[in-house]
This record gives sequence, structure tokens and C-alpha cells, in this order.
Amino acid sequence: MTGNFYPLLKWIILPPLAGFVLNGGIGKRFLGEKGGGWLGAAAILLAFIFSFLCFSDLLNLPAGHRLLRDTLFNWISAGSFSIDFALRFDPLSAVMALVVTGVSFLIHVYSIGYMRGDKGFNRYFSYLNLFVFFMLILVLADNPILMFVGWEGVGLCSYLLIGFWYEDEKNAAAGKKAFITNRVGDAGFLIGLMLLSYLLARQGVSGLDFETLALNINLLDGGTVLGFGAPTVIGLLLFFGATGKSAQFPLYIWLPDAMAGPTPVSALIHAATMVTAGVYMLARMSFLYALAPRALEVVLVTGVFTALLGAVIAALQSDIKKVLAYSTISQIGYMFMAAGTGAYAAGIFHLTTHAFFKALLFLAAGSVIHGMAGEQEMFRMGGLSKEMRFTFALTAVGWLAISGIPPLAGFYSKDLVLEHVYAHGVPVLWYAGLATAGLTAYYVTRLLALTFLGGKNSETHAHESPLLMTIPMAALAALALTGGWLGSKYLLAFLDPASARAEISPEAFRLTMISVITALAGVASGFFFAIPAISDALARRLSIAREVVYNKFYVDEIYAFAVIRPLKRLADKVCFGFLDAGLIDGLLVNGAARLTYRTGAVLRNLQTGNAQGYALTFTGGLILLLYWIM
Amino acid sequence: MQFIDANLLTIIITLPLAGALALLFVPKEKTGLIKNLALGISAAALLFSLRLYFAFDAADAAMQFAVNKPWLPDWGINYRLGVDGISLLMLMLTAFLTPLAILASFNSIQEHQKAFYASLLALQTGMMGVFAAMDVFLFYVFWEAMLIPMYFLIGVWGGHRRVYAALKFFIYTMLGSVLMLAAIIFVYLAHKAQFGTYSFALADFCGTAFPLKTQLWLCATFALAFAIKVPLFPFHTWLPDAHVEAPTAGSVILAGVLLKMGVYGYLRFAVPMFPAAAQSFAPWLALLGVIGVVYGSLVAWSQPDMKKMVAYSSVAHMGLIVLGIAAFEPAAVSGAVLQMVNHGLSTGALFLIVGILYERRHTRMIEDYGGLAKAMPGFSAVFMIVMLSSIGLPGLNGFVGEFLVLFGSFRTYPWLSAAAVSGVILSAVYMLGMYQRVVFGPVTHEENKRLPDLNAREWAYMLPLLAFIILIGIYPAPFLRKIDAAVRTYVTAVQKPESALAGERGSHKPQATNKERR
Amino acid sequence: MPFEHLLVLSFILFALAAAGFLTHKNTIVLLMFAELMLNAANLALAAFAKLSGSPEPQIFILMIFAVAAAEAGVGLALIILLARNLKTLDIDEIRNLKG
Repeated sequence: MTGNFYPLLKWIILPPLAGFVLNGGIGKRFLGEKGGGWLGAAAILLAFIFSFLCFSDLLNLPAGHRLLRDTLFNWISAGSFSIDFALRFDPLSAVMALVVTGVSFLIHVYSIGYMRGDKGFNRYFSYLNLFVFFMLILVLADNPILMFVGWEGVGLCSYLLIGFWYEDEKNAAAGKKAFITNRVGDAGFLIGLMLLSYLLARQGVSGLDFETLALNINLLDGGTVLGFGAPTVIGLLLFFGATGKSAQFPLYIWLPDAMAGPTPVSALIHAATMVTAGVYMLARMSFLYALAPRALEVVLVTGVFTALLGAVIAALQSDIKKVLAYSTISQIGYMFMAAGTGAYAAGIFHLTTHAFFKALLFLAAGSVIHGMAGEQEMFRMGGLSKEMRFTFALTAVGWLAISGIPPLAGFYSKDLVLEHVYAHGVPVLWYAGLATAGLTAYYVTRLLALTFLGGKNSETHAHESPLLMTIPMAALAALALTGGWLGSKYLLAFLDPASARAEISPEAFRLTMISVITALAGVASGFFFAIPAISDALARRLSIAREVVYNKFYVDEIYAFAVIRPLKRLADKVCFGFLDAGLIDGLLVNGAARLTYRTGAVLRNLQTGNAQGYALTFTGGLILLLYWIM
Repeated sequence: MQFIDANLLTIIITLPLAGALALLFVPKEKTGLIKNLALGISAAALLFSLRLYFAFDAADAAMQFAVNKPWLPDWGINYRLGVDGISLLMLMLTAFLTPLAILASFNSIQEHQKAFYASLLALQTGMMGVFAAMDVFLFYVFWEAMLIPMYFLIGVWGGHRRVYAALKFFIYTMLGSVLMLAAIIFVYLAHKAQFGTYSFALADFCGTAFPLKTQLWLCATFALAFAIKVPLFPFHTWLPDAHVEAPTAGSVILAGVLLKMGVYGYLRFAVPMFPAAAQSFAPWLALLGVIGVVYGSLVAWSQPDMKKMVAYSSVAHMGLIVLGIAAFEPAAVSGAVLQMVNHGLSTGALFLIVGILYERRHTRMIEDYGGLAKAMPGFSAVFMIVMLSSIGLPGLNGFVGEFLVLFGSFRTYPWLSAAAVSGVILSAVYMLGMYQRVVFGPVTHEENKRLPDLNAREWAYMLPLLAFIILIGIYPAPFLRKIDAAVRTYVTAVQKPESALAGERGSHKPQATNKERR
Repeated sequence: MPFEHLLVLSFILFALAAAGFLTHKNTIVLLMFAELMLNAANLALAAFAKLSGSPEPQIFILMIFAVAAAEAGVGLALIILLARNLKTLDIDEIRNLKG
């Protein structure tokens, strides 16, 4: 076993678990609102501190040997399978653990303010702690099976938190949709792992931890499955799982509905952490994708397509959270673009900056919704910059960061991703990426303009949010301001010591200029089209196209029509109606019973009840018998 | 202590029956005494089973706590008992579920209470006997004897169509077992012809050799009897009726233990007796299992009745288990055996949950509920955990078994196990759908607003189940260790050396690699 | 008296009794015909006893006497019950065994 045994690792995951148990078990009765909220936040802070301690110890190791491991116990062991409950801490996990715990802590604090007075307060914090626990398992797991525990666990927490206000049927349904869509992806993920484990077992490799997999993955090279290269098939199956978790095409449909949950949840789970798990997984399995260039092509194309699709839909949404949801889908597309070109470090870099500015934007949206007493429709907002000065300033930071204006965070990471796509050599993809960047700048500007600028569109008097909410936002804003510069200086080298940033493309400066100009153009058009008269005129002109885009290209309806309805009909009519109740139970089982019964009904006619008749038959039988004997 | 250890199995088997007889002497008006006595006896049986569990040596592959006393020696019928890891887990499951089932019946059974608890205890004797018998005749006696109390449980204390359901259950099972009896007699006589002595010992049955064609026929009759019990698609239609009509305790025992007997029959009898035939049947069994997974899930999805839905989900779960045992791969078989326990726990718990609702509202229809989370938060949390266990969420018990079955059987039947993964999706579809409609949403029925949350008695039987659901999910190692030796015996009994997987022995097989490369 | 004559007599007696049993309607009469059949059998047995000289057939005869007496007792009791419950002794009216 390589890597250093490092028992501190388990302490990263234990505080959130303890927080979950305490808040879930005795929270309502003994902790109350104050205790429960701060307990939840403190648990995450503790996890952050432990992550930081581990991180600093990791930094003390030489660059090529940064790996800490902690095996808690042997989890599943049967036949040739032996799966340990083991954690690993390498630069990739370290970045993820820090981002997850750091952003989570801020959002926990924010939530104390946001959820004040909710009757499910303790339940909320216990779920949130449980989520962080599973997310940490996901990023710290030392084998894909344990990773799958975190993978499904965060899905569960997402389900619970989306449907947090369960009394509304719609919220519960959105949670269910998220869980089931994720499960569709997870099924692909599982089959991919099954195939991987099977093919390696045939070569005599039974270990499933990442170290063993990476060392032996070359055994798969050249092997084929159904005519495709084995690594390609496995890579695609795993990526299918990632499209579910990370809301990429074709499984992105759950994320917009997931906005039914409380807004801090959207910020934490559906923007900063869980939805980026797919990118993390690809980076973690990069040794496999190195053998599967065709799978990476698919990842790249999917990323580009989803990024563009998300941006187009986001540009027309009117619900502030829906805009951000589609924006998230689009931004994760960028991360997959990076992964698809093999630039995992760039993907993780964008993941990190995105966690900062998207969490910020979501929290700001939450602050607005909080201030507007639950209003989410942007056309009923407007002019809030006066009433919510602080929120407005912080949103502006997020706006500039996501738009890709230098020197804010989004600029560095998005630019880096686009450079990699450009260097990959397919111009169409780069153009699409660039268009997405322009659209991104456009829709965020539109969001900002509709919400904070212009005249007021509603009677509601908005109020600024309490400090408990604005301070975490300020912290995130600081990160969104500086994260890009810091990241490009330290993070990339930490994640991937081998490759330096400078040598990607000789035309880097030109590319940067182009993308900055695109971003500025997007911002300008955002302001331009936010002017009511212009937007109305345009809407009339393009009403059909607008309708299609606004309804998300009717993808939900298509799935319902092409997949869910036929399946349900198959279940109801064919399987249950025809096969089960009709053929098997009706015809065969009860049919046999009926046949017996009817035969009896015919034969009973022989029993006339006339004793002399019986006697006559008896005599006749006797005579026949005598005749036969003699 | 020594006397107890030497006769531990006999004590465990006869104690419930003795208890049932003792119950008959209690005046029927003293219902409190009857309940407590029944609970006490089953608890005592559980204590003795715990002794068995901890005294069991996981490293020893042989039958432990073996008993062999002549019963009808002229006919080769002996009182032979013994346990290996598989039997051990099944005995533990039975011993664990019976007290919970009894506890769950305290309120819901109001008529003929004495007879009810006596039947339940007699049933326990039958089930324990089936899992411990090492004599085929003895096994058959227990197998059939078990039907009678179950028949009465459904037929007397069941729902509206109880007589239909009980009769269906009985005839279905009888059909299989009568054929099996014919096969048993055939093997018994063949053994006499080959070795000159009469014997019903399981070991002697396994030692009797047959030409392949005869084996196929014999194996088919055994396989049919067990397939009905499992139940495998398409022999499953007795199950939903029996479950729906049975009282809660009956459903718990039926799903928790009785279904396991079918799989146990494959593991203990059908496969070791006729290994060659079993090998040629295995792909078909696996196929039926996977059809069961998909089909059971789909049909479960279209049920408006909670209990029926859970019953069909059992068909799906048991299908996966059959896939595991038909793969003849150690991990898959271990997973299947563990999954038998898991299914007993989670489906048993689901039936208890439906029972809790039924006791309050006297309806099992999903549409009659909704928004229960508000009135019954504790219940909703318990229900959530149980449901997640049933759909195999990692970290809970269902996942461990599912993982081992799927990953293990993928090595034997890649296509079939890949198809079985669809169960992962479908189970989420129907379970979450049901949970959402029952627990979430607005309260649509006025009478659901004031439903009381779980009371102490209900917590008392749900908590042990939850404890094991979580324990097996996080730390299944002790249970897997107990069955390891037995599973290896089972797998090696079937596998000819050359058909073993290259990966199993860790050796490098050039041929396999070449095939892969091509 | 030759052995064959006795047998023929027994046979004729039996056939007449059987015919009577099949044609009459009154339950008491039917019972009497049944007794008659038993006696026909007894006659045959007595003939065999005479032919063989051994006592065994006579044991059978005694046995049949006992059975016939018991049967008459039970049968008459049943007939009384029938008459009391159904108010008829006509065998055609008594059809409770109809399937």
C-alpha cells in the first residue's frame, strides 16, 4: 500500500455525522433552533479545520508523493471481493474537501438566518450535515464502491432537501424526480463498475481501490467489449452516471425542478458541491479515461452541448432560481469540457471558482427572495438596489465573476477551460464554448438588471437580510474576487504539478482578449435587452422560438411521452393487466382451479341421490365383475 | 450448559411447539397472559439461538451441532440435525422475526387469540426444523407441517378473501411438494439399489449417482417445488394474494422466512444433490430471476394497494437472490444469502409498517393516505429508512447484498446482471412513488390529521429491525464471515475445476486474455 | 338333497331379493330384502359347509347373523329417524345425497 497511514482523516467525516445524529435524534426536543443551527455549523467548521490540518500535512510532503490514507475497517468481504472502508487524501481530494467543508460552513451559517422560524429547522440542519458527511465520503473514498456510497448518499440528501417542504405535493415530486433521474445514471455507473471489476478479475486483479485500479488499468488496454474498447465502454458507462449526478444532457432535467428546495440547499447541493461530483469522479478515474480517448470525446461534446443548451434556456427564464439552475447546468458543462480535453486540473479549478460565485449568486437570490417574502419571479422585482444595498453589491461581484470579467474568479477558470478546448483542435466546439460565455454574461446581466435595477414592479417592501446571511455572502464574494488569481497561481500547480499553465497555447493572449470581449458584449446586450420596450418587441417577434426555449425544448414532455408513459403502460397493461392478472393468474392458475371445479360440476350430475339408482349401478357392476372373473 | 449445547438445536426447534401446547392450557379469557407467554417463549427461543450463533465456529465448514438419533431405523429415517453458516443465519432470522411478529399482533388480533399465538409458535417450530433438518424425510415433515399453521393464519385471521388466498397458498405449495416427494422416494429407492441400505440422510442422497437425464428430471421436480416457494416468475401469483389477506404477523413471517425456504432448498437440496443438472438449469434459473426482478418491479409499480406492492417487490428481490445463487460465484452466493437476511428484515419491516397504518385506518390503499409526515413524524422517519433499505441505498443493508450479487454474478452472467441493475432504478420508482403519496404532500383525508405516532410497543419492534438494517449496511463482515465456509462448500460442490474462473485463483490465464483481445 | 340344488336355491333367493330391492319403494321393505340377500348368502355358505365338512363356513354364518342383527337394529333406527324428519318412507322422495 502506498501512501501514509494517517488516522486523522476519519475526523473529517465524523463531525458532520455526529451533527446529523444529534440534530436528527434529539434536536427538536433538546437543542431547539439556536442550539441546532450552531451545532450544525460547528460540526462543519470542525470538519473544515480537520481538512485544513490534513491539507497542511499534505503540503509538507514532496510534490509527487502527496497521499494520505486511513483504513477504518474491512467493509465488505466475500469471495474475491474485499472492500475496505478506507479514505484517501491526495491533492484532488484535498481541494474537494476544503471546498466542500468551506462553502458548506458558510452556507450553514447563512441558513441559520434564512431558516429562522421554520418548523423543520432541526430536521433541515440534520439533513444538511448528513449531506456534508456523504459528500466527504464521496470525495475522500479510496475505492469506487465507497465512493458510490457517498454518490448515492448525496442523492438521498438532495431528495430529502428538495422535498424539505413536503406538504406541497410539487416539492415532494421534484425530490422524487431528482432521485429517480439520478438513479438512472447510477445504474449506468454501477454497470460500468461491474464491467471494470469483471475484466480486471479475469486478469487476476481483485483489488478495487483506486491505487490498484490505476496500476492495473493497462491490462484493459486492447480488450474489447461489444466491439468497442473496454476502457471506452467503462468510461462511457461511468460518465452516464456523471450526467445524472452532474445534471448534464440527457439527464439534466431534474436540476431545474430541484429548485423547489430551500435556497441555501440549492446553493450548496445544486450549485457548489453535489452536482460537481461527476467532474470529480472523472478526474478521479482519469487513469481510465487516459485509455479511452473516444469516451473523452463524448464527454467533451456533451459538455459543450449542455453548456450551450443550459445557457440558451437560462437566457429566457423568468424565475430567478431557474436562471441560476440552468446557469449551473451550463457551467458544469464547462467543467466537463475541460475534463473532455484531459485538462482535469482546469475542470477542478472551474469547479472551485464556480462553487464560490455560484453559491454567492444563489445566496444572493435567497437573500432577495427572503427580502421579498418568497417572491421568485424576476419580472415582479426590480429596483431592489436601493432597498437591499448590501445584497446588490455582493450580487454584482458574483455577476462579474460568472460573466468572466477580469480579474474575478470566473475569468481565470473559464478562460483556461476555453484555451484547452481551443488547443484540442475542433473549432466548432471552441466557438460553441465562446457563445456560451457570451450568453452567460447576457443572462446574468439580465438577472441583475431585472432584479436590482429599473423601477419597482411590486408593492412588496423589500428589507435587507440580517448579518447572519450577509456575512457568509461577503466571505464568498471575497473568494469570488480573489479565488481565480489565487487558484491560477497555486491550485493548478498543486493539483497537477507536472503541467504548467503557460504552455497551453501560444495564442493565449489573443484568446483571452476574445473571451473578454465576448463577455463584455454579453454584458452590454444584457443591459440592452433588459430595457422593457426592447425586450417586449423582441419577445413578440420571436414568440414561437421563445415558447420552445422557455419550455426547455419540451424535453420533460418528450421523456414523459417516450419513456415514462410507455413504461407505465407496460407495467399496468401488459405486465399486470395481461400477464399477471390475465394470463398467469387468471388463465393458468385460476383456470386450472375453474377446470377442476367445472369437471366436478359435470360429474356431480351422476349423483342423483336415488338410492335405488346406486344399487342398480352396484348390481350391474357386480354382474360385470362376475362375468369378468368367470 | 453442556446438556444445553449438546441439544441446542433440539431445544430451539421444540421450544416453540412446547410453548404452543402450553398456551392451550391457558384459559382463553386471559389474553394478557397468552400474549406475554407467547412473547416470552419466542424470546427464549431467540436467546437459545443467540447461544447457537456465538458458539458457531465460522472456520469449520462441516455441519455443526449435529444430532443423529434413530427414529424409524428400519426405513433409514433418523432424527438428523445440523447447521452450517447458511442455516445459522436463517435460524437467526426466524428466531429474530417471530417475537417481533408476536409483538406486532398484540392489538391487531382480537379473535381466537390463543389459537393465533399457538399457530404462530407451531409455525416457528416448523420453520426452525426446515432450516436445521439434515434428514430428507425429517425435512419433508417440517416442510409440510409448516403449511398447516400458515394456512390457518391466513384462513382464520386474514382479510376479506382469506379463504381464497389460504387455499391458493396451500394448493400451490402442495403441488410443488408432492412432486418433490415423488422425487425424494425415487432417490431413496435408488440409493437402496446402489448401496443396499435404506437411508434418508442428506449426505447419502447427495452421494447417490444418477445418469444426467434422470438427474435433470429429479432436479426439475425439486426446482419446481422450491421455485413456487421462492417464488420465481411465473409461479408467484399465490404470493400477492397470500400477503394481502394474511394478518400482519403472517405477512412478516411469510416474507421474512417462508420465502427464504425456497432459496434455502436450492442451496441445501436441489443443487448439492444434482450438481450436473443444476449446472444446466442454472442459466434458466438466473433468467427467471432477472425476469422476476424487472417484472416484479414493474407490476409493483402499478399496485394501488401498499401490501400488494410490497408483495410484488418481494418477487423482484427474490429474483435477484436467485440470480445470485445460480451464478455459483462465491461473492454472488454470499451476497444472495446475506440478501435473504436483508430481505427478511426490510420487507418484514415494510409489512409491519403497512400493518401499523392498517391498524389505525383499516385501509391499505395508497390513495387513502397522504401527508402523514405531519401527524406521524417518527413513523415517517422509520418508514423512510426501511424504504431506503429496500431499494438498496448504500450504507444500509440492502446495498451490501445487492452489490455482492450483482458484481459476483456479473462474472457468470454479464448480460443478466446488467439487466438486473434496472431493478435499481425501478425499485426507486415504485418505492419512492408510494412513499411520496403516503407520507408527503398535503393531508387529503381529514381522518389522517389526528393519527397517533408510533407508540412504545411499535417502537419496540421497529427499533431492532432498524438497528440491524443499519448495522448490516455498515458492518456486514461478521455475517459474511459466518456464511463463508458454507458458501464455498456449495460453490465447489457444483463447479468442476476447469470451469472455475481464472480470476478466482488469481492465476493468469492466457486463453481468456486472448479471447478478450479478439 | 344334492349340493347343486342348494346352491341354485340360494341363487334364486338372492336374485329375487335383489330384484325386490331394486323395485320396491318402501324403505322398510328394502331393509327386509337386504336381510333376505344376507340369508341367501348364508344358505350358500351352509351348502358349502355341508360339502366340505369343515366348520369354518358355519363360523361365517354366525358372523353374518350377528352383523345382520346389528344392521337391522341400526337400519331400523335410521328409518325411524328418516320417517320422523322427512315424513315419508318412499325411497324416491329421499334424495339428500343428490350432488
